[in-house]
Amino acid sequence: MTTISALFYIFSAVLLASSFGVITARSTVHAALFLVLAFFNAACLWMMLKAEFLAIVLVLVYVGAVMVLFLFVVMMLDVNTEELRIGFWKAFPLAALVGVLIALEMALVLMGGFRVTDAPVADALAMKMGNTRLLGIEVYTNYLYPLQVAAVLLLVAIIAAIALTLRERKDSKAIDPNLALRARKADRLRIVKMAPVIEVASVPAAPAAEAGKDGGKA
Amino acid sequence: MSEISLAHYLTLGGILFALSVVGIFLNRRNLIVLLMAIELMLLAVNMNFIAFSHYLPVAQDRMAGQVFVFFILTVAAAESAIGLAILVVLFRNRATIAADELDALKG
Repeated sequence: MTTISALFYIFSAVLLASSFGVITARSTVHAALFLVLAFFNAACLWMMLKAEFLAIVLVLVYVGAVMVLFLFVVMMLDVNTEELRIGFWKAFPLAALVGVLIALEMALVLMGGFRVTDAPVADALAMKMGNTRLLGIEVYTNYLYPLQVAAVLLLVAIIAAIALTLRERKDSKAIDPNLALRARKADRLRIVKMAPVIEVASVPAAPAAEAGKDGGKA
Repeated sequence: MSEISLAHYLTLGGILFALSVVGIFLNRRNLIVLLMAIELMLLAVNMNFIAFSHYLPVAQDRMAGQVFVFFILTVAAAESAIGLAILVVLFRNRATIAADELDALKG
């Protein structure tokens, strides 16, 4: 057994064991950490397949971003995991049957059909350029339009995630600039037409009646 | 048994996919673990893509599989971000993430 195949078996064993841990872990935090381990081992396997860039991207994007997001959500939600595991082992026989069936069928077909052992040697130019550069050339020339669609997709995902979870604070005293800009004079100032009140002048005090009339005008 | 062939990687992907199907069966109630099982499925698919691209005999087409994995990673990241956002909103409104209690649509 060469070193390469020994490494393959070690990485795949840890990968399968940790993914089994993901689906059976008692606490959700443990499941997320098992998933991190699974992604690391998958990255190692991709490295063995000479896909270095994607292996690093898997670690950076998945372990660095997506799994941290998972852990944040798991810790933010106060979920009773025991209650969610009701009926867990009741479904196990059927699930195991289906799983073993899928795995056996796939192994039967794949082991028979794809016994390619020797990877074709890359030409000298490709060897010199490296995986990352080759992928970059491919993405930015032949797949430029799909790349931009993917960028728009990520933008949509950002906006959707923010719009879904944004919550207006009820006790906030901040002024909405939109409201302030849309305010018109009529919203603030009400001009009331009032008829002048003219006091009927009483007979003995003529100057006082004059003053009252002036006040009514003002 | 000394040399690792394409079939080994494909079988690994198949077993990984089957494991995540079993995970979906087992954790029918816990939405977070369901999302994790979906991530595992995507990982299995990506494993197949990269294995095929490595063992492809035509050298100039070899990067196509890796480009596809690149886009799958993008879509998966978007999917998990929106999925978790929906999960947070769901928990805020219903105070539970049990999947079988979400029967408001009477489906």
